Amino acid sequence: MSATVSTFDPHHDEPEPPLYEARRQIYPQTVHGLFRRIKWALLLITLGIYYLLPFVRWDRGPGAPSQAVLVDLEHRRAYFFFIEIWPQEVYYLTGLLIVAAMTLFLMNALAGRIWCGYLCPQTVWTDLFMWVERVVEGDRRERMQRDAGAFDLEAFALKLLKHSFWLLIAWWTGGAWVLYFSDAPTLVVDLLTFQASASTYTAIFILTFTTYIFAGWMREQVCLYMCPWPRIQAALTDEHALNVTYRADRGEQRMSLKKAAQAREAGQTVGDCIDCNQCVFACPTGVDIRHGSQLGCIQCGLCIDACDDVMTKVGRPTGLIAYDTDVNIKRRREGLPDIFRPIRWRTMLYVALIAIVGGVMLWQLLHRAPFTVSVIHDRNPVYVKLSDGHIRNAYTVRIANMLTDERHFRFHVAGLAESTVTIIGEDAAVEGVLNVSVGPDQTRELRVLVTAQDDPQRREPVLLYFEIKDQEIGRTAVGKDFFRTPSTNH
Amino acid sequence: MMDQSKSSHQDHADQAVGTTGHEWDGIQEFNNPLPRWWLYTFYACILWAVGYWIFYPAIPLLSGFTKGAFGWASRTQIEIDMAELKASRHDMVVKIEQTPLADIEKNAEILSFARAQGGAAFAVNCSTCHGAGAQGFKGYPNLNDDDWLWGGKLADIEQTITHGVRWDADQDTRTSAMPAFGRDGLLPRKDILVLADYVMSLGGLPVEKGADLAAGQKLFAANCAACHGDQGKGNQEMGAPNLTDKVWLYGSDRASIIERITIGGGGVMPAWGNRLDKATIKSLTVYVHSLGGGQ
Repeated sequence: MSATVSTFDPHHDEPEPPLYEARRQIYPQTVHGLFRRIKWALLLITLGIYYLLPFVRWDRGPGAPSQAVLVDLEHRRAYFFFIEIWPQEVYYLTGLLIVAAMTLFLMNALAGRIWCGYLCPQTVWTDLFMWVERVVEGDRRERMQRDAGAFDLEAFALKLLKHSFWLLIAWWTGGAWVLYFSDAPTLVVDLLTFQASASTYTAIFILTFTTYIFAGWMREQVCLYMCPWPRIQAALTDEHALNVTYRADRGEQRMSLKKAAQAREAGQTVGDCIDCNQCVFACPTGVDIRHGSQLGCIQCGLCIDACDDVMTKVGRPTGLIAYDTDVNIKRRREGLPDIFRPIRWRTMLYVALIAIVGGVMLWQLLHRAPFTVSVIHDRNPVYVKLSDGHIRNAYTVRIANMLTDERHFRFHVAGLAESTVTIIGEDAAVEGVLNVSVGPDQTRELRVLVTAQDDPQRREPVLLYFEIKDQEIGRTAVGKDFFRTPSTNH
Repeated sequence: MMDQSKSSHQDHADQAVGTTGHEWDGIQEFNNPLPRWWLYTFYACILWAVGYWIFYPAIPLLSGFTKGAFGWASRTQIEIDMAELKASRHDMVVKIEQTPLADIEKNAEILSFARAQGGAAFAVNCSTCHGAGAQGFKGYPNLNDDDWLWGGKLADIEQTITHGVRWDADQDTRTSAMPAFGRDGLLPRKDILVLADYVMSLGGLPVEKGADLAAGQKLFAANCAACHGDQGKGNQEMGAPNLTDKVWLYGSDRASIIERITIGGGGVMPAWGNRLDKATIKSLTVYVHSLGGGQ
């Protein structure tokens, strides 16, 4: 099994090695077993969620969309069940991505490329496309024979049928994607009656194309050449992570069943591996797991199912290929018992990071104000001297009302005694209090002027508090900015 | 036993990996061939690029360039974009045209649009003289304060923007001319100095000891009060500044005041009535008025 490394010598007669390599067509064999069942279950769950979630309804009251999961780009709102996100709260997405990355790292530390093997969209859709292929064209041997034989009418008909199903699934995939960005039932009708926008059809077309190409034609090429995760993953794994492993200590010397029987009779020790290659045939990326952990292996466990099947048939214990750790391979070689340490510094760190980021996000979400106020000081001029010598500062104040009805706020600027506050277009203040209304689900921009006597002794800018109070629900939001005068603006 | 040092590419291909023959200090360069589809992707990109030559303006000729099958041009594109922008603003523009000036600030929606559109128009047309934030410069008024040469009510501001100040091409332009008392020999130098002291005292500025304010008052009444008023409070009808406040367009030091009395005159502002449409002028008016609340 050791490969030879040949050296290319330009002065030798050897032909120059090829610069490009054609893809080898892989014909995965059907397998049955525990991991195949887990993969089917996860496929049904993940694709079920993907295709059906846009149709789930969630009542948000009148004037708000009733779709449970919706990214409303036109109105710049995102909805996820009871959560509503405005563009300025996009940091939730950042948090979500951090949690997702840490979860990926955690999965990797516990069980290697479990993401690649079971949950990655590339794997799930490829699995679905392979299933279609198997139903239409038959299993491994049948497909190989047909591809090797003449391209007759039957072969053409079967290929046509397969590609039609693939395109149908791919189209449905793109179609489901756009439903997350608009009211799903309405959009389905619009799509069927050709009323939807050109950009919607373009999005569907692009996703149909990529799904068909990636899951139908590219398959393992995506994992091998396009995906960065196998490279990153290799740097993050460690000797305690469970990986799909051929137990070479048990398997070698491998030999055919007949030879093994003869060797055993002769009193020799032989390995359990009968070199039947079923693990290679079952592999969706075409690797030989007996070469050890490798880039091409997405660790889906299908070779485990295939090998267990064979081991049962030949009456040897199962688990010749199994989820195993590097540390246990080494320990068995030294005659030590297996150990499993899912709780390690590495995993605890990931869990802690997930808990911290998730906790901060949850806290933020629970304390999310129904309205916010933000203040921007005029930059030029910073202050204005009035004809009577008073100093005026101007501010742009934005009030965001995230509730679904119009709210009335008491607007008050605190921090500077003896000052006058004016809002352009609003009635003058009564006892220092102004009233401002903001429509439902809207942001309103106000131009606010604060005027006060100039105090040449003042050296530091005065911090002002722009408070809005909704008296009905008794909540306050505060924005801060400074009041500056010639003597403070040194 | 497994060979731990083996490269994973090797495993995947399950065949010998050649080297390129290059070797540096014992380090060999493996030849792991690229997938062939990668090469095809490259060819596809070349084809795509050829498409650009055919469909878009691309090849320079002796005079001009190839126009491309689509007839696409950046100039037409910007015209299309501008037309789209105009169409999207149409409803609000009509609202601004139909709403009386005085009512625009009372409607939050129209005010917000007018301020945005006015601010943009200000940046393009007005900021050259008045400054990006309308903060003004010496001789160019600050539009954020409450001191208005020609009036700070909405109608006054609209009139000033539409017809300009001392803009001869416009018949309705605001006009007035302060005599050049010094340069034209209307007053002797010593009277101008006395007058300057008196003007400073009007504005509450510190005056040198021994200044003859009584004589200054007489000179002011004879030469200045016609426009600036007996009290020096100015006259917005004639664009005569109020000399008793804290805002000094040309500076409040003695030399600046002497200079103004000597050379007279006043600022010039173009008339925008023929250059900007009604809605833009209205928006500009509201924007300028909202900067400091006008009068």
